[in-house]
Amino acid sequence: MSDEASLRSTYTPAPVHRFKVGDKVTVKTAHPPGHRRTPQYIRGKQGVIERICGAFPNPEELAYGFDGKPERVLYRVRFLQTQVWPGYAGAPNDIIEMEIFEHWLEPAR
Amino acid sequence: MTKTTHDYYARSHHDHDHTHDHDEHAPVNEHDNGPPGEYEVMSRAMQELLEQKGMISAEQVTKRMELFDEEFPYRGAQVVARAWVDPAFKARLLADGRAACAEMGTVLEAERLIAVENTPEVHNVIVCTLCSCYPRALLGMPPTWYKSRNYRSRVVFEPRAVLREFGTVLPDNVTVRVHDSNADMRYLVVPMRPQDTENWSEEKLAGLLSRDMLVGVTVPRVSA
Repeated sequence: MSDEASLRSTYTPAPVHRFKVGDKVTVKTAHPPGHRRTPQYIRGKQGVIERICGAFPNPEELAYGFDGKPERVLYRVRFLQTQVWPGYAGAPNDIIEMEIFEHWLEPAR
Repeated sequence: MTKTTHDYYARSHHDHDHTHDHDEHAPVNEHDNGPPGEYEVMSRAMQELLEQKGMISAEQVTKRMELFDEEFPYRGAQVVARAWVDPAFKARLLADGRAACAEMGTVLEAERLIAVENTPEVHNVIVCTLCSCYPRALLGMPPTWYKSRNYRSRVVFEPRAVLREFGTVLPDNVTVRVHDSNADMRYLVVPMRPQDTENWSEEKLAGLLSRDMLVGVTVPRVSA
């Protein structure tokens, strides 16, 4: 898949966002208690911003009856399967993508 | 437009000694075995309270359930069939799924939709590892296998093995792109239009599409 085809333009851009499409990011390795939409298996993994989904109420607050404000920027992040799963048995180009909120991301070093 | 000249699915064949967990004849053990469960009791109590307060009526609840059974499951196929016959619509669908569905009169309410297109180079498959997020307004209620721990845990790290169990065998030069529907987006796979359907009507094309194809575990085929 070419970069141009794979890195689709933004979906519903959030006016203020820390990362842009194509940026390399690392998902934080953190294990706070509570309702989190960041799957355990992706924490600590490095990926690339695939698109900006927009700003959404923070689910970590919504889950406990708060209003989720301020809204957080939600990104879709693309990961190479071989970098997510040690010993991945599929093809080397296989990918997995998911939605990660901005406060779970930091620039990849 | 994607040309379907190289049908990379041609090598696959649907053998019947694999282990699906989506047996349509499996018994449904939800409602009529023994006393109602805790959630069913809570659900009934909530409905009764809302009815007493005049916020909803039993007719509205019944109507909503009918929509889920009789209308929602067919919307996704209609959207994809339109995309197959109308390249400009497909471009709009891929750019903003929610707006494109609205053009067809399908209002997704709170759902934000990302449509992803299968091509000769990329095959898409959808999962929600955290729960069972699913584009209900387009596909109806999620099937049991979609909600199963087996599917949710395995398709993220061995997607090719899981797809093979559904009869979908992909060569290594096709990238498998798994989408974990883990937050606010919902996903719809736009399969490749099969060969030899050039003269088909939109309605006939929609009839070719099943729920499983729009989740990405199977692909449409035209029997020779």
